[in-house]
Formats: sequence, structure tokens, C-alpha cells
Amino acid sequence: MTQTIPMTSSAIGGMGHSMKRKEDPRFLQGKGNYVEDVTLPGMLWMDIVRSPYAHAKIVSIDASKALAIPGVLAVITGKDLEAYNLHWMPTLMSDTQMVLPVDKVMYQAQEVAAVIATDRYIAADGAAVVDVEYEELPVVVDPFKALLPDAPVLRTDKPGKTDNHIFHWEVGDAAVTDKAFADADVVVKQDIYIPRIHVASIETCGCVASFEKTEGKLTVWMTTQAPHAIRTVFALVAGHVGLSEEKIRIISPDIGGGFGGKVPVYPGYVIAVAASVLIGKPVKWIEDRMENLQADSFARDYHTTAELAATKDGKLTALRFKTLADHGYADAAANPSKFPAGLYHICTGSYDLQAAHVEVDGAYTNKPPGGVAYRCSFRVTEAVHAIERMVDIMAHQIGMDPAALRMKNFIEKDQFPYKSVLGWEYDSGDYHAALQKAMDIIGYDDLRREQLEKRARGEFMGIGISSFTEIVGAGPSKDFDILGIKMFDSAEIRVHPTGKAIARFGTKSQGQGHETTYAQIVAQELGIPMAHVQVEEGDTDTAPYGLGTYASRSTPTSGAAAALAARKIREKARKIAAYLMEVAEEDLEWEPGKFTVKGNPEAFKTIQEIAFAAYTNHPQGMEAGLEATHYYDPPNLTYPFGSYICVVDIDAGTGQVHVRRFVAVDDCGNIINPMIVDGQIHGGLSMGLAPSLYEEISYDEAGNCLGGSFIDYLVPTAVETPNWETDKTITPSPHHPFGAKGVGESATVGAPPAIVNAVVDALWHLGVRHIDIPMTPSKVWKVLRDHGVTG
Amino acid sequence: MSMRTVNFTINGEAKSVQAESRQLLVHCIRETLGLTGTHVGCETSHCGACTIDLDGEPVKSCTMFAVQAEGKSLTTVEGLAVGGTLNPVQEGFWEEHGLQCGFCTPGMMITATALLRTVNEPTETEIREAISGNLCRCTGYVNIVKAIQYAQRKMHPTPAPEAVLQGGD
Amino acid sequence: MIPAAFEYVVAHSLEETVGLLAKHGSDAKILSGGMSLIPAMKLRLAQPAFIIDVNGVSGLEYIREEHGELRIGAMTREAALERSTLVKHGYPILFETARVIADPLVRNRATIGGNLAHADPANDHPATMLALGATIVAHGPNGDRLIPIDEFFPSFFASALEPDEILTEIRIPAPGVRNGGAYIKFERKVGDYAIAAVAVNLTLDAHDTCIAARIGLTNVTDVPARASSAEASLVGHRITDQAIADASRLAAHQSDPKSDLRGSAEYKRDLVRVLAGRAIGRAVSRARGGSH
Repeated sequence: MTQTIPMTSSAIGGMGHSMKRKEDPRFLQGKGNYVEDVTLPGMLWMDIVRSPYAHAKIVSIDASKALAIPGVLAVITGKDLEAYNLHWMPTLMSDTQMVLPVDKVMYQAQEVAAVIATDRYIAADGAAVVDVEYEELPVVVDPFKALLPDAPVLRTDKPGKTDNHIFHWEVGDAAVTDKAFADADVVVKQDIYIPRIHVASIETCGCVASFEKTEGKLTVWMTTQAPHAIRTVFALVAGHVGLSEEKIRIISPDIGGGFGGKVPVYPGYVIAVAASVLIGKPVKWIEDRMENLQADSFARDYHTTAELAATKDGKLTALRFKTLADHGYADAAANPSKFPAGLYHICTGSYDLQAAHVEVDGAYTNKPPGGVAYRCSFRVTEAVHAIERMVDIMAHQIGMDPAALRMKNFIEKDQFPYKSVLGWEYDSGDYHAALQKAMDIIGYDDLRREQLEKRARGEFMGIGISSFTEIVGAGPSKDFDILGIKMFDSAEIRVHPTGKAIARFGTKSQGQGHETTYAQIVAQELGIPMAHVQVEEGDTDTAPYGLGTYASRSTPTSGAAAALAARKIREKARKIAAYLMEVAEEDLEWEPGKFTVKGNPEAFKTIQEIAFAAYTNHPQGMEAGLEATHYYDPPNLTYPFGSYICVVDIDAGTGQVHVRRFVAVDDCGNIINPMIVDGQIHGGLSMGLAPSLYEEISYDEAGNCLGGSFIDYLVPTAVETPNWETDKTITPSPHHPFGAKGVGESATVGAPPAIVNAVVDALWHLGVRHIDIPMTPSKVWKVLRDHGVTG
Repeated sequence: MSMRTVNFTINGEAKSVQAESRQLLVHCIRETLGLTGTHVGCETSHCGACTIDLDGEPVKSCTMFAVQAEGKSLTTVEGLAVGGTLNPVQEGFWEEHGLQCGFCTPGMMITATALLRTVNEPTETEIREAISGNLCRCTGYVNIVKAIQYAQRKMHPTPAPEAVLQGGD
Repeated sequence: MIPAAFEYVVAHSLEETVGLLAKHGSDAKILSGGMSLIPAMKLRLAQPAFIIDVNGVSGLEYIREEHGELRIGAMTREAALERSTLVKHGYPILFETARVIADPLVRNRATIGGNLAHADPANDHPATMLALGATIVAHGPNGDRLIPIDEFFPSFFASALEPDEILTEIRIPAPGVRNGGAYIKFERKVGDYAIAAVAVNLTLDAHDTCIAARIGLTNVTDVPARASSAEASLVGHRITDQAIADASRLAAHQSDPKSDLRGSAEYKRDLVRVLAGRAIGRAVSRARGGSH
């Protein structure tokens, strides 16, 4: 099924127009309103005392020196919260995590106490002199060791817990897969580790909590991608102390980048709320960068043993992945509750595989809780990395060009909708076209010739491909919920009498440009110029309920809701138009912006005229007004895809990998705003480059966080980032109201294996089979020296 | 507490503020003066979200004390547009989609504006080096480079072909 | 991250600075560019009771050639070194050093004097000044004192400055005939300290025999240091590929790096070899009058 979208005029600015962003004028003039910009009368500041140890008993906390500082009003500890039973909270994966500890700390930089003061400088002075006496406990850093029988049990708070195992999850037919492996001509096997990384949005996390005693109303401005879900969590956690959902207002103002890191509820938010309720004044908490990197949710940390089977002529037959996931001391991932390893079973990728078996186990360690996101929430990056690496290894192993092997095994265009062996129904795709386009743009055959020449001269040049399939737009209520709340999303549109409109959503932009793209959807569907459509999100007192923005779900869910709400409005508009022109509804034809009487182009009513009539001259018996709300429950997920090709040169002396070119051909179905989609891909590619070559959060044996500041957490600058080359194919989603798929995360998911494949491609002839990311100069140098290259 | 009176000009306006010695300049700008367009993204002088223009040079205002601004002339993002008209860099960022979340944007534009004041025709490499003290997590820098090139063209229109022929070194 | 409280004093002259240093002793820190000091204070790794701001002391920002030397005022910003045509064309090694320090915004504030006085072996100027054979001018109660750069870094994170002295000037001998220098830094990304860097300054005679060589190393020794054995292996010999390879190996041998997130000690040592080879090659090319 093909969905073609009629092109509106640029005055209307519907889908397909690269409209300049409506939100930009305020950002360009320093008038954005981020959490730290919120200042209230009488506002206090909170600073947090954090643990220097990864695992330790708290012997005592002495706050007397802090309380002696003029301006320090309170020091809040776990004992204070325990009195209200607020010292623990649920995670989004129905595990539990501490708000403040009562007896022991579980990771370095864990919150231990909070200092409330009249000024941020005084709060910091107070935090510096809170004396905490610790007694160190044995530290568990390695998730494999965590599962050994003699490992110390970390979650002693859980009655009856005798090990550090969190979950076992598996999917696929093990017996069929085993047989396929036994029958295979060629089997390749590789251990792949995808390390911990951190989203490091340039804005850190924070909040201003304001409890108004007389009304009993709590308002929290906070850095959250999912304000409604947060409101419900707050109501569930603090219901017993009198916080009722209608008295909680979460406002997510402008967000300085999210990428999934602003989905969870962090202890700091809860402590600030508790402090505001206890003291009766607004409390502001803004974490600094080191707190952000060391204590907030991480992403990845998957240890995988991957196997792939094929016939000797390169037909892939079976896949077997076994993974150990390090979740830190709590499973605080934000997956749909049915899927403890997210959508990892998209790992058969773009290939028509007939057998697959996947197992994932989760383990507790003395690290910050999580397993959340880095521009990909649901483990799709881990899945794509594994399959795309294995396909490349297989190609090299049997001496086939990696592009040819992919072409041979892709799901064919006419196989869609395609049911994967692990249970997904891929909506649409044309994988051959995307890869061929990328090869044509980059000049694949010429590059292969150049590589041969360079290799003869002893130079190291590699070409890497990644042909990924994403899975986004969670999700259908049958299978998708978070803490029981189904993963629909919403839109509410009101058309004003003069034909202008306001649209509100349950999602929350963090830079994706929703104020523009949602307005374009409404413009497309109603013909009201996008300039006249005001978009609002992020205020739970005004926006319809929704699960928020992450996992590339805004366009597939709220975008769809906007279109369907607009279509409800259009149907009412048709009735009004018929009434105004005294014709039958079925005699009217819609084109964006007006209803015309069939066969009489002179007889029409514009949407503006109809809107005015809806308030001034509507048919008797019809409700006045022109508005609609839609809660969209997607029938399926959407499956964006793409093919990326990366060319690298390696400096054998320093071990440095230089990305010379990177071509990305993406397919996200129909496009709302091409300029914004390109921008999303540029950003996604950069967040694919970063963990491939630079970023990692690791721990030493004592559980000390390494890479916990921007000194060592290496966010690439413009100098390290290549000039991305992007292009597209368009294969609409057949089930989405306007044929779109999500795109925000595609490039972050697809880029890393292209880069690793390129590096390994450059070194395969030396005997190199795999390099774990990040491929730092030090690591690549060692690989080279271990394979006899002196540089 | 050691408080001092500090006098400086910011966005063309003379100001006299009370500042504790240790107050960081960025906090003075944001909290004392209420100019919240300048942001804080780290504490180790890496991210550049706090970049302001100090006597014609872009600097990181989180790595200066407010008292050091005595007698200086400061420009923040709020001072880039003149009379409500965006400057060419702001215009370029809008036209070329050089911003997404907007958090790094004020610092990035201050740096870019200073660059184009001193270098007429920066190459792409020079632009990338010039903004390498400003981290962006959203854009991948591609459109920031284009935005600065847009501003460059606007500020220094391409000379007529004859003039090009006479140039060169 | 918030610095601890301190008393802020603005010095208007060198005499006033020296007086304040004498009065407050080790409780005081001089604030020049502040690019190392202020982050350390924000992390509360440094908590000086007194900050003496010398940005108001006039006459310390200059780059000029006189008496057969390049003289640089201690308060000269790195950005000024980058922009100086005198430095770019006459002292390319110094140009190459200044432009790889931290990032462009930091270089607008950071000063050459601060970079040296901080005596951080990870800073870039120490190696270059060691290679150039610079002289440090320190001003104290008794006026100026000249300190050869070879004596300026006595121990870990310590300089030869007395507590009541301030660094005021750096003097670099003007390059002679067939002299060339180069600084090559390898960093993880812009804004990082060097994984390793090598500064080379050498002079050739008319027959390509090396008659003088000084090599400085960055971030691979406890204190900024020269690779003296590598220097010795070059001097008196014709520069050949083999001679460069031998000297590079000696430089690596003389380095003493520590393993950290930038890389293993083994890697860094080999990196010194690689970078030394490239820096010597570039310095030789410049000495021969080749392209910069």
C-alpha cells in the first residue's frame, strides 16, 4: 500500500515543506524557558551530598556543621524520609530504588543527604561539610562475577533474595535454532560488549518544586520527557501522604536535550518535592555535570555472545544471541513492562532468517541504576550492533563482499508486511534500494579498488556498511505499557472562531521541533496555515494524557493522534459546510483548506469560514465549537530503516581512526519536515559516532566511576565530527494515518556498526575479527601491535 | 562574606551589581541580572553553553568571577539582535536549522558572531575549529556550520568576479 | 559546582602583587587567565583564602623581538600567540603549541605565564619552552630574576618561583640559521590534555649535520622534561631516517608515562616514539627551509 500525501501550498505549510521552526525565535534571542530559568519568590536551593563509595554501610550522618552555616535551613536524610515512608520509590520497571538511603549506599555518587539553603552557594557550602561516616562493603562491579554463587548479595532489602540475578528472558525456538546451527556450513561466533554510556544532554537534570499549602497543590517544573507518567508516579508514590493526582501539576518547560535521560524519576526530584512540602517554600535543584554523568541513568552495558549460521554460499540460516545485562543496583530501565530487554528481539534485523533464539539475563552490580537510553530506549541499538557486526564477520569469513551478502539475505520488498521469526510484523521496507543508493552515492566499487591499492602500500583503509531496521512508535496497547499505563498517545485540537487553532499533546519535545511538525500535520489535515496553529505540550494541567517523547514515538503516536483528531474536526466541518451551502455532505469535496461542491469550483467554504460558523451559525441540534481529542492506540509499530556506509583511515602510528566519509540513506516513510528530519539524522549520527570512538563510562575494581566529568567523558566537538552526507528513500508505513515512521533514533542505532565494520574491514587481513567500542586510539594501537604492525 | 560592587556594561547598558567575590560571572548574569539566555552545562570549562562576549572575545563565563568583569563590556545572546532584528548569525541559525533544543545555541552564536567579526571568509575547517569549545549534542554540527556560512555570505557578499580574479595570494 | 569563599584583591602593579604575595604567602593564589585555577576552585580541589587578580597589572601583554630574543609578557593570552604573525612565521613551534591548548574560548583567557607557572606536566608550553631553551623572568621583592627553563620545574607540580615571586616574561632565543622546530600533540579530542606531545627544536649545519637539538615531552613524565638522550643521539650526526628513528626510540625510552583513561603506559611510550619521529621530521624540514 502506498500513501501519497497531497502537497499543500507553502502558505499552508503542510507536510513535506521544510518550514522554519516556530520555536526558534525564542531560542535565538535567549528567551527559552528551561528549568534553571524558573525562579519563584522565596525559592530555596538544594544541593546533594553524595557517596564517595560504591558500596558502604552508613554509620552516621552529622549535619551539625552544615546547619551552623547561616542560610542553611535543613539537611534531609533517609531517616527523615523514612518517617513518611518515602525513602524508597518504584522504578519504571517495577523494581525499587532508594530516594535517600537509610542504612547503606549502593553506588558511588549515590544521594546520601540533601542540604536546603537560601542560596545555591550556601547550599554547596553546607553539602561540603556534612560529615558522613561509612563502613565499606565488598563491591560488585563485574556482572558475570555478580552471578557467581559466592558473590555478595546486593539487594538485601528484598526479602528472600539470595543472588544478584534480576531476570531471565528468552524468545525464539531453541531446538529449531540448534538444529539450524548443527546443519550449517559456516558458523561465526563473537563476544561483543557495548559499554555504558550517558546521554549527556547539554542541559543537566533539575526541577523547581513548589508546594502551595493553602491549596494543597504541588507544581513541579522539571526536566522530564514524560510529564503525565511522572505525575501518575508521584501520585502513586506519595498518595499515602496526601498528594492526590489532581493536585499535582508537572510542567516540562523547554528541555535542553533529553535522548532518554530525562525519562526516569531521579531521587533529586523526589527529595526536592519532599523538601518543598516539608518547608512550605519552592525548592530548586539543578544537578551539575558530574552528578549528571555519575548518578543519572546510563544506557547499554550489554555483554553478548553472538552466533550466526550460514550456508557456504552466504545464505544466512540462524542466529543465537546470549546476553548479560548490567543494570546497576536497580532495574530502572524504561522498557514496556512486558519486555525486560526492550525490543532486543528485533535483532534478526533486515534479514530473512528462519531460526533465531535469544536469551537475556539481568544482573545487579554496585553501579547507578538504569538500563535506560542513549537516543534509543529499547535495546534496539544493542540488537542492531550485534546483527550488523555478525553479518560483516560472516561475509569476511566466507570471502563474500559485505554488501553482496546483505543484498542476498535482505527481506524482499514484496515480503512486507513481514513476520519475523521472533514475532514482529515489519510494516514496510525496501532494503535493497536503500543500500544500493548508499553504494551509488559513496562510489562503493571505486572505494574497494582504492582500498586494495592502499593495502598494497601498507596503509589501512576500511569500508563499513550497516543496513539496520529500527522498531519504533511504541506501542499497541495489547503488548505495550509502562507501569500498567498503556502506551497510546494523544492530541487535542481546538479551532478558534477566526480559524486559528491550538493543539495540545501528551508528548514533550526536547529539541525535535514538535511546535513546528505538529502544526504542519494539523495544517496538512485542516488546511489552516501552520503559522496559525499553536502547539502546546508539557503541562499536565492543560495537555491531554500521554506517555511522552522517547523511543522515536512522537510522530508515530501523537503525530497520528493529531491527524485523526483533525480528521474528526474535518468531518464536523463537512457537516457545517453542507449546512452553510445547503448541499448534501456527500456532494462536498475536501482539499486542504476548503470544502467545494463537486462540479462547481466557485461554490466552496473555507475552513476559516466554517470555523466562524461553528461558533456563530452552526446547525440547530449540533454542538457548537470545532474541536476534537484523539487518543491513538497504534495498530502496530513502525519500522524505519536505512543503509549507512562509512569510510575510515587508520593512523597506524597513533591508532587514530579517522572517519573520512559517512553516507546515510534513511527511510522513515512519509516526511513531515525534511529539514527537521535531516537535522534529526545529523544528530543521531553524531550520537552514533560518539560511543563508537569516544564515550564510555567505566568503573575500577573499587567501583569508582571513570569518565564522570567532561574531562574524560568525551563528547565530540565539531572538529571530531565528520560532515555527514544524508539522503533518503521513502517507503510509507501502511498502517500509520499519514504513512510516517519515527526517525529520531535511527542514526544512533545504525551508525556504530558501520564504523566498527569499517575499522575491522581495514584490519581483517591482519587477522582482526572484532573491536569493541569505543575504538579509542589506545585500543586500536594495541590491536595493531598485537597483529604485528609497528607503525 | 566578601561583597563588592562591580560596574560593567552589558548589552550596551551600564550596570552596577553587588557580587560576592566567588560568584561566577555566569551566575551574576543569570541570577543577579536575570539574563537567562546564557546557560550552564558543565563545571570544567568544556561545554561552552555559558559563552559570552567579553570586550570582543568569546569567553566561558562559568570560568570567570563576576568581580573580574569590572569595567568590561559584555554581550550575551540577549544583545545580539538589534532593535528586534536578528543579527546575521541568528538569522543563519534559523534558516539553516542550526539549533534543536536551543541550549547550546546562545553560546554557539556568540562564538560564531565573534568569528565572523574577525575572519571574513572562514573555511569549513576554520569554522569547525572556532566552535570547538562549544559542545552541541543535537545537531551534529552540520547545520551549525551551514548557519555560520549563511551569516558569512550575508555579512560579506561574494565580490564581483573581477575582484575575485584580482585576489589570491 | 561552587568555589569556596575567598578574599579578592586586585593588584595594579608588580610591586603591589609582590607585596600581597609576601603578605599572604601560600594562602594566596595569583589569578591570571584562571583557566586552570578556577575549575580547580569550583571542584574545591583548590581553596585559596586570597585571590590576587593580576589582570589589572598593565604592561604584561606583549610579543616582541629585542636583544636577539622573542620576549613574551606573562599575561599574553594564548589567542594572541595564535594571531601573531611574528609567532606564526618566526616561531612555528610556538604557534603550533598555542593553537592546540584546550579550546579557542579557553585560549581567549588563558595566559602563557599561567600555563608555565602552573608547572603541570600535561600543559603544552613547558615542553615547547624546554625545546626552545627559554628563560623565565620572575619578579620578586628584589626585582627581576632570570631562571633557565631547565631549572624551572624542580618537582611534581612545582615551579622554581619563590612564594613572593610572579612570572612576568618568557624569553626565547631568536632562531639562527637552519634552525627549525615543531610541536606535535596527540589528544583524544579538542579540549583534552595531550595523550602525549613532543616539542623539537634543532639546528643543522650546511651539510645537514645536527649541531643542536632540544626535545621536550608533554604529559609523559612527572615533571616537564627533556628527552636528553634523544637529543644527544642527534647532535653531531647527519639527519637520516635511521637517525630520526633512533632518536625517537630514545625519546620513548626516556618517557615515563602512567596508564590512565588516555591509554596504557605502553601505548603512550610508543606514541612518544611516533610523535617524536614526526616532530623531528617536521623540524628538520623547517630547518632546511622547507615548508612550514
